[in-house]
Amino acid sequence: MVKTVLSVSHQGLRDWIIQRASAIFMAVYSIALLAYILCHPGLSFAEWHGLFAQQWVKVLSLLFILGLLFHAWIGIWTIFTDYVKCFVLRTVLNFLVLLMLFACFFWGVLILWSV
Amino acid sequence: MNRARPKNLNLFTIHFPLPAIVSILHRISGAFLFLCIPFALWLLAFSLTETGFDNLQQIFAHGLARLILWLLLIPFIFHLVAGIRHLLSDIHIGDSLKMGRAMACLTFIISAILVVLAGVWLW
Repeated sequence: MVKTVLSVSHQGLRDWIIQRASAIFMAVYSIALLAYILCHPGLSFAEWHGLFAQQWVKVLSLLFILGLLFHAWIGIWTIFTDYVKCFVLRTVLNFLVLLMLFACFFWGVLILWSV
Repeated sequence: MNRARPKNLNLFTIHFPLPAIVSILHRISGAFLFLCIPFALWLLAFSLTETGFDNLQQIFAHGLARLILWLLLIPFIFHLVAGIRHLLSDIHIGDSLKMGRAMACLTFIISAILVVLAGVWLW
């Protein structure tokens, strides 16, 4: 369990697919959101708030945050595996990153919940 | 032993090929974006409250705040464009040596154009 969570046993193909799938989703979401902002110059608070009050926008935003969590985790894990040679240090860093990503995920849920 | 054999000790003549530079910058920008996640979430949370939204409009009326936002958009844009190049290589578009170099060059050009456009839009 500990080995799985701290990803001593990362599975290459699974990671590869998650990385690509989340990348495609986040790219589409980001471009769509940027397009929305570009199409609404002088965006008012009511419009902006109304956008995120819609159920489907909330769901897609949560999917974005979830995708971001996986995407960032795989990316950072790869970087640490490449450059941090000391096992203890790498494990501690991985743990801190996971902690931060989970915290960000729950924060994101709370933000969208409150809209 | 041939004493006149060629030497190449000038390290400045040896450098990373362009695709390798794109690759390492993709990694660096990714790591940087990871650190920006809390900032982005804070921005979202703040913008979704009425007072926060007004405050943000006042903050971004300042040139310095816009400059910071623009600087933060640079790694985002680069990571996005380089990521698309990565996905294209996955489906074997531009994964030959010659095309790889061209695509790496194109990544820089498209990113630069988008960064300039973002700057134009912000000001």
